[in-house]
Amino acid sequence: MLKTVRCIASVMALLVLAGGVAVAADAQSETTEEATATEVTSAEPQVDSVAVATVAIEARTVPDLLRDLAQASLNETPAIVDALASSGGLSMLPLFQAMLAGELYYERETLRILRIAENEAGDDVASDVLTDADLGPVNARDYRKVRINNRVRGQLRDAIARINLTEGSADQRRAAATAMLDGIDDSTVAAFEQALKTETDAQVRDVIEVGIAMAVLKSAATESEQLVALEQLDGRLEAPVRNLLTSIAESSGDGRPTAVQRQAAAIVSGINARIEHYQFLEQLFFGLSLGSVLLLAAIGLAVTFGVMGVINMAHGEMLMLGAYTTYVIQQLMPQSINLSIWVAIPSAFIVAALFGMLIQRFVIRYLAGRPLETLLATFGISLILQQSVRTIFSPLNRRVISPDWMSGSWQINPVLSLTNNRLYILAFSLIVFFILLLILKRTSLGLNVRAVSQNRDMARAMGIRTDIVDAMTFGLGSGIAGIAGVALSQLTNVGPNLGQQYIIDSFMVVVFGGVGNLFGTLLAAFSLGVANKFLEPVTGAVLANTFILIFIILFIQKRPKGLFPQKGRAAE
Amino acid sequence: MYSNKFLAGLAISTLVSSMSVATWAAEDTIKVGVLHSLSGTMAISETTLKDTVLMMIDEQNKKGGVLGKKLEAVVVDPASDWPLFAEKARELISNNGVSVIFGCWTSVSRKSVLPVIEELNGLLFYPVQYEGEESSKNVFYTGAAPNQQAIPAVDYLMNDLGVERWVLAGTDYVYPRTTNKILEAYLRDKGVAEADIKINYTPFGHSDWQSIVADIKRFGSEGKKTAVVSTINGDANVPFYRELGNQGLSAEDIPVIAFSVGEEELSGIDTAPLVGHLAAWNYFESVDSAENEAFINGWHKFIKNDKRVTNDPMEATYIGFNMWVKAVAKAGTTDVDKVEQAMIGITAPNLTGGVATMNKAHHLSKPVLIGEVQADGQFEVVWETDGLVDGDAWSDFLPGSKDIIADWTAPIKCGNYNTKTKTCSGQNY
Repeated sequence: MLKTVRCIASVMALLVLAGGVAVAADAQSETTEEATATEVTSAEPQVDSVAVATVAIEARTVPDLLRDLAQASLNETPAIVDALASSGGLSMLPLFQAMLAGELYYERETLRILRIAENEAGDDVASDVLTDADLGPVNARDYRKVRINNRVRGQLRDAIARINLTEGSADQRRAAATAMLDGIDDSTVAAFEQALKTETDAQVRDVIEVGIAMAVLKSAATESEQLVALEQLDGRLEAPVRNLLTSIAESSGDGRPTAVQRQAAAIVSGINARIEHYQFLEQLFFGLSLGSVLLLAAIGLAVTFGVMGVINMAHGEMLMLGAYTTYVIQQLMPQSINLSIWVAIPSAFIVAALFGMLIQRFVIRYLAGRPLETLLATFGISLILQQSVRTIFSPLNRRVISPDWMSGSWQINPVLSLTNNRLYILAFSLIVFFILLLILKRTSLGLNVRAVSQNRDMARAMGIRTDIVDAMTFGLGSGIAGIAGVALSQLTNVGPNLGQQYIIDSFMVVVFGGVGNLFGTLLAAFSLGVANKFLEPVTGAVLANTFILIFIILFIQKRPKGLFPQKGRAAE
Repeated sequence: MYSNKFLAGLAISTLVSSMSVATWAAEDTIKVGVLHSLSGTMAISETTLKDTVLMMIDEQNKKGGVLGKKLEAVVVDPASDWPLFAEKARELISNNGVSVIFGCWTSVSRKSVLPVIEELNGLLFYPVQYEGEESSKNVFYTGAAPNQQAIPAVDYLMNDLGVERWVLAGTDYVYPRTTNKILEAYLRDKGVAEADIKINYTPFGHSDWQSIVADIKRFGSEGKKTAVVSTINGDANVPFYRELGNQGLSAEDIPVIAFSVGEEELSGIDTAPLVGHLAAWNYFESVDSAENEAFINGWHKFIKNDKRVTNDPMEATYIGFNMWVKAVAKAGTTDVDKVEQAMIGITAPNLTGGVATMNKAHHLSKPVLIGEVQADGQFEVVWETDGLVDGDAWSDFLPGSKDIIADWTAPIKCGNYNTKTKTCSGQNY
């Protein structure tokens, strides 16, 4: 049994390796070396028409400008937005926000601008963009969207930041001030100084003072003033601060650096040391997060393969079924995406567990003790499941929407932020792991499972219905894979190939951790994840995977039973 | 015993599914081969093109067929398996006697088909943007060459958005590696320092983008405007864009311009984190033209689903098919050599309101459009080339190929002709 496992693991690892090497070699042979270029293509840069537009829109009132906005081309829009910001001031905030969110429309005939958004019932409702007065439901087809592009988006964001600097909540004011650090000029400084007069929040004041200090360094202030400003910037992690200081430190053109430059260089090296420290933490988090995905993918297999000893090549498809269940549940309750995920978890467990029990009852049961035939049969099942999904749901990927609370990130400081979805999945994987551990160690089902896997005949002699226990165990392993599929649907594509991506990783983790040992699986998943993420910056993603596989092959040669071999009579 | 029965059943079912779905007709027809994967990893993209060819054949037959004969589709499934592409191509030409094949998506599948199609003197229309450095007598390339997609895209970023630092991110295979080599040479030529170019390759289907995105974020926070030029292929794009969104990189800070992300790819994902990112193609569904509207309506009717989107390779298939029909009518026969010569100089309307011409190098002249992703999964065109760009089979920016041209008219008649030494290389492509 163990030999087969070892052999399969090595063969799979070799196959993957060979594939990787072949692709790389292929690419090398196809491309030609070194390059110098001679010609320019026919694509000409476009002439900017903003300058022309600016002249025309001076001295126009807000209603005029709004009408212009409806007709404007993308090149004219920025000038109109500028004019709106300067003549409308604070009152423009709802307009800018609606525009940024893509909710600004105009009526085709009257060119009247209004905001159209979906309400809770999914109907399009219009409202006046400046007064927010409700204008009732409309048919969005009668209206056209006010077009924006990246340039306009950037401009809107700046304008909103400037308004928020004095009007927003404390968090908004701080975010606005931080955003304004990038590209400081006289008007920013004026806005900062204005804001500082009324600002009471210490953190916001802090950021604004950094901005003013940066302006001092950029200006032609005296050396002593600049040194005071530098003190203010000591230890700041914001990217604009570091870039400014680096450029000052490196600008020593004629020989001896000035006191300001020396001081700036010292501060930069201090900042860099701090950043490196946070980068290490960030990499560790990335590693743990990759580990949690590996753990989720492998944990069901740790039951079916680890505890029962069935080589289940259809394990990946159980993950896929879980992910598709999430999709179906979202389709059934489109209005409550946030809730759907909580419905999806038990549903995915039931769906995958049912499929697992069916496979166990009708196929695997008859192949007991014949690992190679089990391998082939389950591989066939995995192909059948994939193609069925392709037929039922189409070969295209399905769209699973992430709940709001899972997107975004937790910003600890300007250089370290942890993404929410990864944090939740890390916690989720640990919860699933410990629940599984409880089931196996503390329930009668768990006791039966362990008894059957250690000595089938003896367990049967003691009155345990081994066939039912087998089906339940396989269902449990598959169901947990289904739950993992729910988590994976938040990270990757929900498509027919979802399972194939994880099957090799899953076997790798279980074999590395020691077959039959759940804690081994946990440790293997996290150590492989962390190792991968620390290798990746050095070697690139392709080679990092390769090195991990080589390492596992060598490790299995040395310790065939993995990190934590089973001991005692159960081992043989 | 039971297990043997089961395995036998499994074997039979595999056999049946791998058999071709050829339809045999009694009357005299012109056979058109369709060589697109209907299963496996590439099915996601290629199934649509199979349906497009079937729709075009259907429409042509309603107009009375070609040369007075009806067209008949022979659909085979190479199952995303590259060697199987060659076998199926041989089967189509030798056993089914098709006059033309529409097919392939990945470069590796085209490379696999190439020797077969040249040996048997078949005709292949290849509808996908690719890395160039190839021109075969038996292949017409209706997708974009690098100078019709990658180079104009970089020009746009450099001139209109003022980008100074570049991340060239791609999947690790032929197309991204060659394209990035061309782009790197082009950027260096434009005076971009080596330290301002970062090249990164990832495996197929890569799903853990955390450290790469963090790296891009750091690279972009050093004061210069940064953009990502993405040749990331297929499935790997979704987790990539999701990670960009989650780590708070918006399109205004660091725009990503993609060469492999189109309407079809966007239809399977939550587009919220992608809004504002860019793509360079020769066609977008959102383009406002009469031909495009007719094409989209025809497509919705044929596929019986008005939610299905159209994309650039579909337009390339549309142009290629119409050109082939015209060339056959012009040549008065489906004989490959005569059709091949008739094809050069043939024009057909494209879907963006212009006209595509087949050049001597077996490539098309196309407009290049740059679009920004909108929340509804469509693209808003923000820039386009002034006129049409001629497809350049051999890049001018690689030292090995800058003196090489392809010209399939007399007297050169060569896909790999060195203008300096005035010789045609021994290989045919």
